[in-house]
Amino acid sequence: MKILVPIKQVPDTATQVKIGADPKGIDTTGITWIVSPYDEYAVEEALRIKEKRGQGEVVAVTLGSERAKEALRSCLAMGADRALHLSDPAWENADTLTVARALAAVIKQEAPQLVLFGRQAIDDDMGAMPAQVAELLGWPCASWIMEETISDDGKSVRAGRQVEGALDIFNIPLPCVLSAQKGLNEPRYPTLKGIMGAKKKEIKDVKAADLGLAADGAQLLVVALEALPPRPPGRVIPGEPAEAVKELVRSLREDAKAI
Amino acid sequence: MDFAFTEQQEMIKKEVAALARSFSLDYWLEKDRKAEYPVEFIEAFKKNGWLGIVIPEEYGGSGLGVTEASILLHEICAAGAGTSGASPIHFYVFPPMPLIKHASEALKRRYLPRIAAGDIIMSFGVTEPNAGTDTSRIQTRAEKKERRWVINGRKVWNTNAQHATKILLLARTTPREQVAQKPFKGMTLFFADFDRSRITVREIEKLGRAAVDSNEIFIDNLEVPEEDVVGQVGEGFYHLLDSLNPERILTGIEAVGIGKAALERAVQYAKERVVFDRPIGKNQAIAHPLAQAWAKVETAELMCWKAAWLFDHGRPCGAEANTAKLMAAEAGFEACDVALQTFGGYGYAKEFYVERLWREIRLYKIAPVSQQMALNYLSEHVLGLPKSY
Ligand SMILES: Cc1cc2nc3c(=O)[nH]c(=O)nc-3n(C[C@H](O)[C@H](O)[C@H](O)COP(=O)(O)OP(=O)(O)OC[C@H]3O[C@@H](n4cnc5c(N)ncnc54)[C@H](O)[C@@H]3O)c2cc1C
Ligand SMILES: Cc1cc2nc3c(=O)[nH]c(=O)nc-3n(C[C@H](O)[C@H](O)[C@H](O)COP(=O)(O)OP(=O)(O)OC[C@H]3O[C@@H](n4cnc5c(N)ncnc54)[C@H](O)[C@@H]3O)c2cc1C
Repeated sequence: MKILVPIKQVPDTATQVKIGADPKGIDTTGITWIVSPYDEYAVEEALRIKEKRGQGEVVAVTLGSERAKEALRSCLAMGADRALHLSDPAWENADTLTVARALAAVIKQEAPQLVLFGRQAIDDDMGAMPAQVAELLGWPCASWIMEETISDDGKSVRAGRQVEGALDIFNIPLPCVLSAQKGLNEPRYPTLKGIMGAKKKEIKDVKAADLGLAADGAQLLVVALEALPPRPPGRVIPGEPAEAVKELVRSLREDAKAI
Repeated sequence: MDFAFTEQQEMIKKEVAALARSFSLDYWLEKDRKAEYPVEFIEAFKKNGWLGIVIPEEYGGSGLGVTEASILLHEICAAGAGTSGASPIHFYVFPPMPLIKHASEALKRRYLPRIAAGDIIMSFGVTEPNAGTDTSRIQTRAEKKERRWVINGRKVWNTNAQHATKILLLARTTPREQVAQKPFKGMTLFFADFDRSRITVREIEKLGRAAVDSNEIFIDNLEVPEEDVVGQVGEGFYHLLDSLNPERILTGIEAVGIGKAALERAVQYAKERVVFDRPIGKNQAIAHPLAQAWAKVETAELMCWKAAWLFDHGRPCGAEANTAKLMAAEAGFEACDVALQTFGGYGYAKEFYVERLWREIRLYKIAPVSQQMALNYLSEHVLGLPKSY
């Protein structure tokens, strides 16, 4: 079974994000870049499917700058078999729809049985990609899955989606798109041998023309990033607990209008 | 000149950092309090193949150099693990080196794959109570009885001896008097079973690194088959010698990493702690020592990488390795001390983590080689001054 995992390189979760000199973007100096954590669940799940079935191929793909190759290399170190790097001036300033079109085109070429996304990239938190790509392909899609089992004949997948207090279970014919929620698995750390092997695996460069795509102007443009106003300081209500609680309730009701 | 790591080295750095940081500072605090060997930590590094980092590929390892091993230990220390985390991993890099270089093919086939897989816990026995830094004075004796050697004597400061399954042991096979012209000849290296029916172990309570045991050991008729001699009989000290530079480099980079871990916490604290209506870091009395310590740690780090590069390129590196260890032990300790001072009273408290690093890093001014002996090396072998002892 061939599984394609689209991933995104994002700033480390510990980064204190600052708005850049050009307020359309963030200041990237000193940032450590990682594979978006939800995408790591997707890579891990793909590897587990392959290991369980005893055969298959896991292909990592990203659309991004030259630097994003590092993220692909990390997926190869985890155990992905090969990688595709979509990189072209046509995709500079790409919005989600442009990226989804590129991914859908590369998925058509690769023809995997399963596409496994992370539920969202933790940088801009759009969470649009799995559904957009599925729509463009006309494939079924289950998002935020917590568990999955591929049928023995490899023709369908039983996927459990997280809903409030329960799991929503679906039987979905393959090919399909799934997106991973936290809890699906515990991603592995690459082994040293995995890291050394990653160097020898292929990262293929893919241009827009290779996918028969031309530059299509982004429809979604970032105008500016604005920092949130600093959070007002908290208020401590002094006095005896019984009195303080009364004041707290009054304040929540009248000042904050929260209850 | 190129100061950049390769892409693979960058990946090693990143992945080790992630793995090492998955063990919290509270994990290490607990291990220190309970004097418990960090089994889970070692297991994680074992599982992901890190213990075989310098073991050649044909013996099941990854065959990487001192540079990569230094990256590994640096990231472990920078993650806050301190010597509690670094020493057990260090023992899969340094004591195996003389084996890799000098052991017979049969001995290497027998043991290197098991070391790479982490199935052996190793102890290292050179230092003795009555010899100290002057290794030529060791009194542990090995005598040949037919096809085996019988060893008797005492060693001290043996790391890991509580759990070790093997020991790399240096013993006299020719009395010092009989090699008077060349007192470092006549000693032999053995890769012996840690046979607890013949070795008695007594743990030494110490200032820091309670998690990783240090011991005195008493060896009583330990038998070692002649095949388990490492290299040539009588040449043991010289077989150790070419692994001493890597050991100094590794120790240096560990001190650098620990210094960074302490500084990272102190700098964060200096930004947040408000006294006299301002963050304490706004006072130059706090900021400058931190900046100074940072600069010294960075400088020492450069010397470590230079020494590692020279070693991995097969070039002489005695001056650089000794300088790296000398400066890193100083800079790392200063960084921990400044960090502790920045925390004020809380620096003295265990729950702020820095005091453990401060206690642990003190080791590197003493062992594996003291600052004085590093300076002796530089005086004599680099500056050409007359030998002082
Ligand atoms: C935690 C820990 C773990 C260790 N692990 C191991 C291990 O696993 N295996 C092992 O074999 N050893 C181990 N050691 C021993 C370590 O290598 C020795 O402590 C170190 O080599 C110093 O020897 P010594 O303690 O006998 O000091 P001594 O030789 O007694 O020296 C005492 C002091 O005198 C100074 N001095 C001595 N001679 C001179 C001179 N000519 N010029 C100037 N100054 C001099 C020294 O620098 C030192 O400051 C460990 C030590 C510690 C503390
Ligand atoms: C073991 C121990 C026992 C103690 N016993 C007692 C006790 O019995 N009773 C009691 O009341 N207290 C006690 N203390 C508290 C001790 O007096 C304080 O820790 C000390 O006064 C420092 O205060 P702090 O820890 O809050 O540090 P902070 O005031 O937070 O200072 C942090 C660091 O910033 C520096 N700093 C702060 N302001 C400036 C500035 N303007 N310029 C330059 N540097 C600055 C400080 O010198 C320090 O290095 C004890 C502390 C310890 C560790």
